[in-house]
Amino acid sequence: MSAQASQRARSAIFARLRDADAPVPHAVPDVQGYYDGLPATPGDDATRFAERARGWQAEVIETTPEGWPAALAALVSERRLRRVLAGRDTAIADTLAAVLPSMDLHWYDESLETFKPTLFNEVDAGITTTLGGIAETGSLILWPDVREPRTLSLVPPLHIAILRASTLQPTLHAAMHAQGWAAAMPTNVLLVTGPSKTADIQRLLVYGAHGPKQLVILLVRDEAMP
Amino acid sequence: MSAVRPVADPLAFKDNARIVVADPVLRRSFRGAMDFLTDKRAAQFPDVAGFNRLRALGESIRQYALANLPQLLGQLEERLAERGVHVHWAENAEDANRLFLEIAQRHDAKLMVKGKSMVSEEIELNHRMAEHGIDCVETDMGEYILQLDHDRPSHIIMPAIHKTKEDVARIFAEHIPGAGYTEDVNELIAIGRRALRDKFATAKIGVSGVNFLVAETGSIVLVENEGNGRLSTTVPDVHIAITGIEKVIAKLEHVAPLFTLLTRSATGQAVTTYLNVISGPRREGEKDGPREQHLILLDNGRTQAYREERFRATLQCIRCGACMNHCPVYARVGGLSYGTTYPGPIGAIISPHLMNLESTRDLPTASSLCGACGEVCPVGIPIPDLLMRLREAARHDEPVAQQRKALKGQGGARRMLEVAAWKGWRLVYANSRIYRLVTWLATRCRRLLPGRQAGWTGTRVALRPAPRSLRERLAQRRPTPIPMDDTSKPAA
Repeated sequence: MSAQASQRARSAIFARLRDADAPVPHAVPDVQGYYDGLPATPGDDATRFAERARGWQAEVIETTPEGWPAALAALVSERRLRRVLAGRDTAIADTLAAVLPSMDLHWYDESLETFKPTLFNEVDAGITTTLGGIAETGSLILWPDVREPRTLSLVPPLHIAILRASTLQPTLHAAMHAQGWAAAMPTNVLLVTGPSKTADIQRLLVYGAHGPKQLVILLVRDEAMP
Repeated sequence: MSAVRPVADPLAFKDNARIVVADPVLRRSFRGAMDFLTDKRAAQFPDVAGFNRLRALGESIRQYALANLPQLLGQLEERLAERGVHVHWAENAEDANRLFLEIAQRHDAKLMVKGKSMVSEEIELNHRMAEHGIDCVETDMGEYILQLDHDRPSHIIMPAIHKTKEDVARIFAEHIPGAGYTEDVNELIAIGRRALRDKFATAKIGVSGVNFLVAETGSIVLVENEGNGRLSTTVPDVHIAITGIEKVIAKLEHVAPLFTLLTRSATGQAVTTYLNVISGPRREGEKDGPREQHLILLDNGRTQAYREERFRATLQCIRCGACMNHCPVYARVGGLSYGTTYPGPIGAIISPHLMNLESTRDLPTASSLCGACGEVCPVGIPIPDLLMRLREAARHDEPVAQQRKALKGQGGARRMLEVAAWKGWRLVYANSRIYRLVTWLATRCRRLLPGRQAGWTGTRVALRPAPRSLRERLAQRRPTPIPMDDTSKPAA
């Protein structure tokens, strides 16, 4: 019934579009040309990323490939995080298990339906990996998957992200191409820039709307030094 | 805000505007918000040449999409189907609401959580679902405030800009159990967050709008700051997205410049907290995400705007709201006065297609044609030209020159008195003898004109012809009058 109505609507809409004035042919937009023509930005990506991310109230902890596990452990203990959630089998999972107290660290193993009460009410922080970051805007790139569900970086009040400086890209456009997004689109790709926020009441900016109230980024300086 | 509210009817535009202009609190809210938004936008586009280059790209992306609209819609539908998304088509609001209702009934859903969606306002989804006992809860903070207060959005990006924090404090204290009265904005947002948390966790259906649809990859792109859009599209079992057919773009890489143009033009931010690219429901092995995903593509008059090249640019819009922020009329009369889902300059050029030109006939005249809207538009829509074309169409029953078919409600502003007046004007100006007679009579009988002249003297002084016509005064100054048929040569 509804499928038929939808098909009828579809035919009618397409008939009207085809009956319209023939469009003026239009050249393919030169997106690459635009970005190639932008003036070069001074400084390195990691410094720019950290500065921009802090501008959006993200806390950026710059650390080293050897030092980040200890930095994370210190963060968890300082903030007295009792229940920290992470995805199993990720590149950081073994390190997390080694440095975080086992009573505090929990794995996102169940499906959301049964896990909802715990996720919404009891988890203090979600820890995720990142696919990269965007220096221009201080944004994280997340590709949630079977190991790291979408809600891991969304529902807990604190989101902790591990970002390797070597994965930074200058712009969103560069990231899309360098990481081949269009060819292998997952169910969900996210850019995350700072904690959630709103200015809906009298234009007054408040952090902590519906998503995480805080975002901490461990920026691992693993890039080749010039 | 005063007790009398502007009504949701564009025919009441002039009365609505009077209510708002007479309300100092509302005027301050709008003025303050517009100044704030225009300043923030200006800071994001410090050099004009840079803005123009980016805008040219945005315009080219949107024009390219519209030039290939049928193909791109076909490609989008195919990609989405491959990804397991159900695509539905709706010719009008009734179709779209029926689709929502059928999905809700199939899942026995009594509660839907909604991310911000102007198209859902356009079809009045909340009211239609309420008639069937289905509760639609707005989760964008601004929209939530308005829903509690039974009010309407006055701006497409900042829907509750006409509310003060005192208003919000009162609304929350009145409607949210246990909220208490506070004017602290941090606390108010915390109250809103707590009140809606449970709704996200229990609703079976999440509803969202769409910022961009990517044909190449079959993706639904959402831009937001609060996280309610992510929650609405991730936590409930079923996600229904609704948008207009014009939102499709060809390539994923087109998102990058449009996203930059949108956030900078809308709120003067270099980026929003979230850019959410959704390409299908939960896959095998994934632990969250909706199990079922629907996209409803709505026409509702958009194909009329598409039909002729002279109106097509209307559909380039990416709904940033910059045109309203910069409009001297909008800044004074506010968004509620327009009585339509989309207010301001963009509302004045899109609403006649979504509704009809008769009921929206005043909206294209709600502009001083100063050109600010066209200047700031991030995708280069020639808004002042479109306003002029609609004004012309509203005053002529038949398609005007270069117009192929009549619009819905064409000639809706045509009044016999006005038509007669222009006919008279033409008669007088086409015949020099009648012209001289009429000007002679007008200058001699000037005192006979009434002091009150219908609509004119409401805000202006009465019209009164000068004691002598220009021709007579020139004749007095110069001994030899300029020859009528040769004005190009300087008088000797």
